Amino acid sequence: MGPLIVNEIISANTNLLIAFFIGIGFGFVLESNGFSSSRRLAGMFYGYDTTVLKVFFTAAVTASIGLLFMSLFGWIDLSFIYINPTFLWSAIGGGVVMGAGFILGGYCPGTSFCAAAIGKLDALAFIGGIFIGILIFMEGYPLWENFYKAKFMGSPLLSDWLNISRGLLAFLIALVALGMFWVGEWAEKKFAREDYEINQR
Amino acid sequence: MKEARKYMNPYLGGVLLGLVLIVAFWVSGRGLGASGAPKSVLVAGMQVVAPEHTENTAFYKEYLAGHEHPLKSWLVFEMLGVLVGGFLSGALAGRLNFKVEKGPNVTNKVRIVFAVIGGILFGFGSQLGRGCTSGSALTGMSVLSVGGFVTMAAIFGTAFGLAYFARKLWL
Repeated sequence: MGPLIVNEIISANTNLLIAFFIGIGFGFVLESNGFSSSRRLAGMFYGYDTTVLKVFFTAAVTASIGLLFMSLFGWIDLSFIYINPTFLWSAIGGGVVMGAGFILGGYCPGTSFCAAAIGKLDALAFIGGIFIGILIFMEGYPLWENFYKAKFMGSPLLSDWLNISRGLLAFLIALVALGMFWVGEWAEKKFAREDYEINQR
Repeated sequence: MKEARKYMNPYLGGVLLGLVLIVAFWVSGRGLGASGAPKSVLVAGMQVVAPEHTENTAFYKEYLAGHEHPLKSWLVFEMLGVLVGGFLSGALAGRLNFKVEKGPNVTNKVRIVFAVIGGILFGFGSQLGRGCTSGSALTGMSVLSVGGFVTMAAIFGTAFGLAYFARKLWL
């Protein structure tokens, strides 16, 4: 049955309309969890607020296990799900540059749009930076094209790499996530700050 | 001013975010993303401002060969939705106001300058890494892709590694 677009149950234009509604859900959940706050996002890296870790890993575990069950029930054909190709060097290099941007800027792209939507001016500045950064990449493309395309590995799954089933890997990730939640809860007590309140129910 | 409402429980938030992801997979066969949208806007803008430039420059040629119209893209519509969804949540919770959010020991000016620098790095890195925290790390991890785990580890590892040097910005 799923994905609807691949099986031509919905048209390409309907898909775009639904993308808009999916975006509303995405933005709503991000904002409701305080991903519109740069101090909260940065708090992840100083331990005083580990909400990012908790939301991020709960989401990844929910989605990966959810997909497996949906596949089991025949609701979705996982072979039609788009998987980002892996180019090892640029995946690492891009990640390192993004990590530096994260700690200096206090946002990532999705969260900065979400924060700008509620009036955060630092997020607006960050978005301005994103546009400049992408423009630099596009205009200087020949300079890093080789690095960008180096070490192509196809679209490998970690489960195939480790030679275990998808289910077992998802289970192991859930266990790792539980361990990290424990560390997160501990860190929030250990590194709590007087000038910052986590403020959640 | 009325006190802003509290944020959601993070584990509940994570489950909801996971469900949004699953809907995206089920409907569109793809996960969430963010950085692709500003790229589409830039390509479309460049086509209008300097059409010859886009016809003769390597990156645009490659990009336009694989796309119908840069703005008719899934991520552009999704990110418009993110703006609306974020605004709705902020409005319902009483969090709409213009402000510069920053650590207690920096000026607004310093915060804005570093936000721009961070944005430039993130924008550049998201192109190099073929996706940002949403598209590459979160979505990639959900489909168990090797690239997703690698990018996630690189983003968070680097941010943790540099946190000590950036502490004056946040603590």
